[in-house]
Amino acid sequence: MGKTIELEIFRYIPEIDEQPAYRSYEVEFEDDWVILDAINHIKDKMDGSLSYRWSCRMGVCGSCGMMINGIPKLTCATFLKDYYPKKVKVEPLLGFPVERDLVIVMDDFMTKLENVKPWMIRDKDKEKTIDKGEYLQSPVQLEKFIQFSMCINCLLCYSACPVYVVDNNFIGPAAIALAQRYNLDSRDDGQDQRNEYIGKHEGIWDCTFVGECSKVCPEDVDPAAAIQQAKVTNTQNFVKSILWPFGGKK
Amino acid sequence: MKPYYRPPPHMFWLHRKPYFMFIIREMTSLFIAGFCLFLLVFIYSLGQGRETFDNMVAFLDSTFMIIVHWIVLVFALYHTFTWFNLTPKVMVVWIGEKKVPEFMVLGAVYGGWIGVSIVIAWLILY
Repeated sequence: MGKTIELEIFRYIPEIDEQPAYRSYEVEFEDDWVILDAINHIKDKMDGSLSYRWSCRMGVCGSCGMMINGIPKLTCATFLKDYYPKKVKVEPLLGFPVERDLVIVMDDFMTKLENVKPWMIRDKDKEKTIDKGEYLQSPVQLEKFIQFSMCINCLLCYSACPVYVVDNNFIGPAAIALAQRYNLDSRDDGQDQRNEYIGKHEGIWDCTFVGECSKVCPEDVDPAAAIQQAKVTNTQNFVKSILWPFGGKK
Repeated sequence: MKPYYRPPPHMFWLHRKPYFMFIIREMTSLFIAGFCLFLLVFIYSLGQGRETFDNMVAFLDSTFMIIVHWIVLVFALYHTFTWFNLTPKVMVVWIGEKKVPEFMVLGAVYGGWIGVSIVIAWLILY
């Protein structure tokens, strides 16, 4: 111990506060401390009223996303020593209503996630009974979607996206990336259902390709690429529906 | 529950460099569109007879118009490079079971650009 860093934390307690305020905490830390360690230290030793979400401490659960000096980050993967001796400003993820302190209301994302149907949809005539065996997939078929399946729903991409922050109607990066994850899966037949939802103006066409969603993604999902690729597919489908015999349908 | 709704930051693109560069990239479209409109006016003047066209060429020869064109060129190049560099994210090309590497997609678009430029330069200069 020895070094001390200042954390300026966004505080909002709905039963008491009309407006949020910032409160500063001086925390002694060691070089291997991440910001979540400091926040846990504040909660345990300095101010038990502080509320925030966290779980795994290893960048897997996606719970501890917060704005760190204005940039969305997983606090379990962001080291204090990288900011020392400057102070660290901790705020809840931008673009979402704040439930309490650093806890955001995620309902909007959960609704959108459900709407993209992030599960396997199969045509009835392609469904196999268990005794017919599993649905096989080659490594190449896996490679086409595996990157987009890495999403941990941490919502950093939403906070990095100025389109979503300014206008919450946008379906947003993670939900569209997950739609692509299933659309590109060789075992799935739900593309038409998902494209109907993400093909709306508030879906892929609201994206102006700022690209920050991909830069802040802790899992390298690259949602910006997923959205642009969905735009290409939707455009091809649209052109086919006009020019191809039978609308390009098999 | 009484959630607090934070207002979106005013002028978000002035807060961080990547957002600022994004707005610059978007703004370059205005310069490209302006140049395209000017090109149409230029072609129109060609159809209005020798005198109108000569006046147009004399107008283009002014220092002011040369500076304007240099500015437009800088923005057009920024527009081209930023969008070309994003191409591999949009175009995922598979040949059989092999994914074409990003540098080859980039090479194809830059190669195409250089090729078309050479053809146009040849048409104008010879």
